[in-house]
Amino acid sequence: MAVKDYIRERFFPHMWCAGCGHGTVLNGMLQAIEALGLSKNEIVMVSGIGCSSRISGYVDFHTLHTIHGRALAFATGVKMSLPKLNVIVPMGDGDALSIGGNHFIHAARRNLDMTALVMNNRIYGMTGGQFSPLSGLGVIATTAPYSNIDHDFDVVEMATAAGATFVARTTSYHVRQIKEIIKKAILHKGFSVVEILSQCPTYFGRKNKLGSAVDMMAAMKENTTPIGSKAKKENPDLIERGIFVQKDLPVYNEEYDKIIKRAQAAGK
Amino acid sequence: MARPTLKEHVINREWCKGCGICVYFCPRDVLELDGDDKVVAVRPKDCICCMMCEQRCPDLAIEVITERKEDG
Repeated sequence: MAVKDYIRERFFPHMWCAGCGHGTVLNGMLQAIEALGLSKNEIVMVSGIGCSSRISGYVDFHTLHTIHGRALAFATGVKMSLPKLNVIVPMGDGDALSIGGNHFIHAARRNLDMTALVMNNRIYGMTGGQFSPLSGLGVIATTAPYSNIDHDFDVVEMATAAGATFVARTTSYHVRQIKEIIKKAILHKGFSVVEILSQCPTYFGRKNKLGSAVDMMAAMKENTTPIGSKAKKENPDLIERGIFVQKDLPVYNEEYDKIIKRAQAAGK
Repeated sequence: MARPTLKEHVINREWCKGCGICVYFCPRDVLELDGDDKVVAVRPKDCICCMMCEQRCPDLAIEVITERKEDG
């Protein structure tokens, strides 16, 4: 199947702004799914609210467009009822880490077998450019016109601390890495978190005078480096890309099945 | 060994939003935006079929169609 066979062409051109990184995330994710040869019927995409979450409307899988921050809760229900399905949960930075912050850490702690994508553009784009928990100190936003005084989360460190068994980061510039990492994340048994730095030229870029989408992508190339590179030792401010955590631990849905069997045996 | 060579760039002008990502990051300067801010392959002979325009396009608006020709 070609990448185009996985989308709902009737909804294109999509609603994302010109140069929005979320479109590249969609592109890279489709390439990963095509490379894995997955059938549309074995994938369920569950999303919440925000620019990022509109991605579920464009893919021709089983899709659920749910409520703000709670996509992981709906996804948990899907996975528990039909564990053989591949569950993918794309979220924005605000959706995943602010409104859905508790769902995020507890889904990671439970090691639910699903793939969480954090499309991090560091802003609430859909509602007009408010700062998010990933905007960071000194950033200008509609709700921080004199600069933001909140510190940001590090998604990778947070997911790792919460117990996610696969944690990775890449950017919309590095689309081949998006493809490779999402392939591995889908194949990983357990809770996979993939943070993808994505550009919002309309709000984050414009408010912070970062130039066009092209300028913002070029900056992602300049400001990131592979994990453990020599460049990182020389310049600690560089953001590392790659797979930070990949380990096997019992997954929630399988442990739950064991509990059912144990309870049934005890009841006899 | 057969290697892929360019057949054509298929550009969906309805979907292209003229962001210029493909134009700027093309390693061989094959693409340009026209007067309507839509991408056009102006130097297709220079294309090395790296596919980066197709893979990076946020609008899924460009496809690089290749064919395989025997070397020599």
